[in-house]
Amino acid sequence: MLALIPLLPFAGFLVNATMGKRLPKTVSGGLASVAMLGSFAISVLMVMELAGLAPDARAITQPLYTWFTAGDFELKAALRLDPLSAVMILVITGIGSLIHIYSTAYMHEETDEAFGRFFSYLNLFCFFMLMLVLGSNVLVMFVGWEGVGLCSYLLIGFYYEKKSASDAAKKAFVVNRIGDFAFLLATLLLVVTFNSLDFTTIALAAKEMPVEVTFGTISLITLLMFIGATGKSAQIPLYVWLPDAMEGPTPVSALIHAATMVTAGVYMIGRNAVLFEHAPITLQIVAVVGAATALMAGTIGLVQNDIKRVLAYSTVSQLGYMFLAMGMGAFGAGIFHLMTHAFFKACLFLGSGAVIHALHGEQDIRKMGGLKKHIPITYWTFVIAAVAIAGVPGLAGFFSKDEILFETFLHGHQILWGVGVLTSLLTATYMFRLVHLTFHGEERFGAAAAHGHDAHGHAHQPHPSHLHDAPAPMAFALIVLAIGSVLAGYVGVPHALGGHNNLGAWLEPAFQATNCGQPVTTGELAGIALEDCLPGEQAGAEDHAALELSLMAVSSLVAFAGIGLATFLWLKRKDIPAQMATQFSGVHQLLLNKYYVDEVYDAIIVQPIKVVSQEGLWRGFDVKIVDGAVNGAGYFVSGVSIVLRLLQNGSVKTYAAAIFAGAVTILAYYFWR
Amino acid sequence: MSIGHYLVLSGVLFSIGAAGVFLRKNLITLLLSVEIMLNAVNLAFVAFGRQFGTVDGQIITFFVMTVAAAEAAVGLALVIGLFRHRESLNPEAFTSLKW
Repeated sequence: MLALIPLLPFAGFLVNATMGKRLPKTVSGGLASVAMLGSFAISVLMVMELAGLAPDARAITQPLYTWFTAGDFELKAALRLDPLSAVMILVITGIGSLIHIYSTAYMHEETDEAFGRFFSYLNLFCFFMLMLVLGSNVLVMFVGWEGVGLCSYLLIGFYYEKKSASDAAKKAFVVNRIGDFAFLLATLLLVVTFNSLDFTTIALAAKEMPVEVTFGTISLITLLMFIGATGKSAQIPLYVWLPDAMEGPTPVSALIHAATMVTAGVYMIGRNAVLFEHAPITLQIVAVVGAATALMAGTIGLVQNDIKRVLAYSTVSQLGYMFLAMGMGAFGAGIFHLMTHAFFKACLFLGSGAVIHALHGEQDIRKMGGLKKHIPITYWTFVIAAVAIAGVPGLAGFFSKDEILFETFLHGHQILWGVGVLTSLLTATYMFRLVHLTFHGEERFGAAAAHGHDAHGHAHQPHPSHLHDAPAPMAFALIVLAIGSVLAGYVGVPHALGGHNNLGAWLEPAFQATNCGQPVTTGELAGIALEDCLPGEQAGAEDHAALELSLMAVSSLVAFAGIGLATFLWLKRKDIPAQMATQFSGVHQLLLNKYYVDEVYDAIIVQPIKVVSQEGLWRGFDVKIVDGAVNGAGYFVSGVSIVLRLLQNGSVKTYAAAIFAGAVTILAYYFWR
Repeated sequence: MSIGHYLVLSGVLFSIGAAGVFLRKNLITLLLSVEIMLNAVNLAFVAFGRQFGTVDGQIITFFVMTVAAAEAAVGLALVIGLFRHRESLNPEAFTSLKW
């Protein structure tokens, strides 16, 4: 049964990849969607079966076959469903299904060939993503990890005739390779250290090891894993590919670059929670990098003008939050935010897709405005998701974000908490800047849409009166996701608000074989360890309720302040942002150019590599040495043969003379020997 | 008559044949010269056979004569073919078989 979850999308991929060209759009799109829905249904059944087990026995394993044996090292290809992967497969198949359904309408302008290709890639992506989260050992996970990277490449470069799209695809692939290499090194180190790649075996073995106060093997392994995660999950320093990845079709941005693939790094840390808990130094790095990324991406998002790029930077920022939570050892909070984020960010991306669809390819928010009355369904779902991500109480983002901030504060990292709150303010501000510039105010589109980016080209001449709201399949996906953006938070209502943090309790066994009963050496770790060892329900509930409530009040205020600020600046006093841009033009330019990170990378990494490759490796080594050796062999042979060919002159008499002379020589030799 | 006389005659004949091969400019004469060299060798074989009182020398001479007959047939056929091709019997005319 478990194997069917990834195999259904794979079957869909096979059909669409082989026959997609010849199938009508309704069939290929429908087939892909049905495969995903079927996978979702099986996932629900399996998770219900999992929930029926005792909390500490919740794991369903399905061995597939023995992959390979080398000496005493054996690797089995096996799938394993536990509370953590259960959350992931529900998100992947659930939101994946919705995005498939949405895409059937969004991509309807494409040719049959492109349509089939799109859905085959999308299904293949889901297959690999499910393998990633269901794999019971590091190597199966790695297969999924590489597979989703491949699909990401294919889908970013979906409009491959466009230079910018194929460039963005290559950039994503290359940057991801850097992270993947670190992940591979971590895998090899795991084999050397534990002689196993199975997650459970490693967790049990690591449990017996002391927590590494100084930098040791486990710290190195986890650090390498985290570098892998920074590539896949777009963290500093490898985040640069994600904003460019917006060249892909919008449903792809929603599925891969917001809801699922980019969260793989967060999932990987959660999967190896025990290892990470034994490496406090790495956790510290994870937390700092996460917080820094969250803040940096948030500030960039404040000034971008492309609707999808704002959302992309928002995604980077929110992923930073998740890593902040992971770095705090609050794995449950990180996964919680992963889940809620999947809902509202997918909704936001699909909403932006609906806007782009309505405007025939326009993505610049300076050329939008006043769309509220034209496309009400898109407007309302977009606003709900924006409110959710801003952290307004009662919606999904509020619960998960507050849990992260609370855990950060609780573990004594006031500075990181401050960064988190500041980012929260930025989040609310840039999201509502986006809402106001897109949907409110005066209409600035009109003729503008005529020369649209044409990432999504319509044949007929655009005109404001032709603005159409999302068609039924798109509206359906938007509405379901908007509802999810409201309700998803209620699976993890904190104790302080009278909830039971069900999700936290559900996930806890997945992070276990944990450090309960471990010798704890540093004061800071004592906090983490004690927390986890207390039996779920009352963990800090009494002591920290007041603290948690006051922190919630702070972040609620921040959320409203951000929304208010955005409303004031971009709706009421539109002259102020322009004034500020001129007054602080240095800062504005810095942000608009994304801190010049791409330029810096280009100068210090790309250009030196190019110079070394062209002048050193190509013109130096390849042309002079390799070609020199090959051509030299040729020149040598032809030079020698100029002399040797004189012997063969075609004259019978010369040959006869040669034979005679040879015979005489041999005879003479024997005669006078 | 001692074996020496035979061998001297054989050597003289062989030298005449070899000189013919190198110096004459007619393919048919060349073939004739080759025949002289073969018969010089035959003479040496027979002389040695008589010296040692065995028939081996005479046996091998028959072989050589057989081969020489075959060679003459094939050689003359080639000569005719070559002549038809180039209207010439000078071996220097046939030097196109080279690199």
